[in-house]
Amino acid sequence: MRRWLMVFLLALAGSFGGQTLHADEAVPLADNELTEKRLVAISSELRCLVCQNESLAGSHAELANDLRREIRTLIEDGRSDAEIMEFMVSRYGDFVRYRPPLKGTTLLLWFGPGVLFIVGLAALVLYLRRRDRAIEETPLSADEQRQAEALLQDKDSRQGLS
Amino acid sequence: MNRFLWPLIGFVALVALLAVGLNLNPRDVPSPLVGKPAPIFSLPRLAAPEQTFSPKEMLGKVWLLNVWASWCVSCRLEHPVLVELAKRQTVPLVGLNYKEVRGDGAIDMDKLPPGAERTMVIERAAGWLAKHGNPYTLSVLDLDGRVGIDYGVYGVPETYVIDKAGIIRMKHTGPITADVFSGKILPLIAELSK
Repeated sequence: MRRWLMVFLLALAGSFGGQTLHADEAVPLADNELTEKRLVAISSELRCLVCQNESLAGSHAELANDLRREIRTLIEDGRSDAEIMEFMVSRYGDFVRYRPPLKGTTLLLWFGPGVLFIVGLAALVLYLRRRDRAIEETPLSADEQRQAEALLQDKDSRQGLS
Repeated sequence: MNRFLWPLIGFVALVALLAVGLNLNPRDVPSPLVGKPAPIFSLPRLAAPEQTFSPKEMLGKVWLLNVWASWCVSCRLEHPVLVELAKRQTVPLVGLNYKEVRGDGAIDMDKLPPGAERTMVIERAAGWLAKHGNPYTLSVLDLDGRVGIDYGVYGVPETYVIDKAGIIRMKHTGPITADVFSGKILPLIAELSK
């Protein structure tokens, strides 16, 4: 039981420790370095609505170009990042944000995986415990005990053990 | 028996969840504009470019705003439905001609002489309407797609149903099929027109 849990937890740790991969992003020509830096930072947080699994920073879609131009204008107008985010969300909805806000409709999105994980973990622990108990509760009969000992004595059947 | 029951229930639940997920349309993004006032704009009219049109002029009427362009293939698909709508004269239909020239991937904007875009837009848009029929009460020209951004346009064609108070009541992304038209848009228009 304990060994199983250990293997499981190690596997889990491995999947969390993995490196995060970043796709190459289309960096627009720099007129003003700071503006461009902010543009890339903001647009990496936004989804391109044409090719929905690409960020606005990485997309070559026509609309993404337009929106980057729009964001650049807003930056040059002195708007804050939060204001620019609001500009996008008020037009395209929370869906444009890769990190949706925490609210009623997104609760499942935020906590669903965690809840699913806990339920799975509970089910696993419950199952393993029940199995352990089942093994304990059925001791070998005298006859089976003798048979098992005979097998352990027999050199031919000890191959796997050293 | 019981041993297999729970895994089976879990499996069926998972299949059901995935089936629902796969049948959802990822293009069907709910618009935050529904329930909000239609964004204000002032754009030149296709038929009379020296005059502008603003949504304010439609206050007191239920109307449709349809985003289109001659390069848009799906627009041709929904066009007969729009022509049918226009024939019935149920509500005014305003066309927002979206990036007629800039949106056409075949045109290299850098090679276009300055000032030529507007003339070209008018020629192309008017030509397309002459060829396929003009269902629009009027069309306006959004050369650079700025108004499109205000309306959250991301895939032409898109259609908005706007009520008497100027509030957007529905947005449809993609071509309007006969089903969508008679099943969703017409009932909504009837309700809003009461």
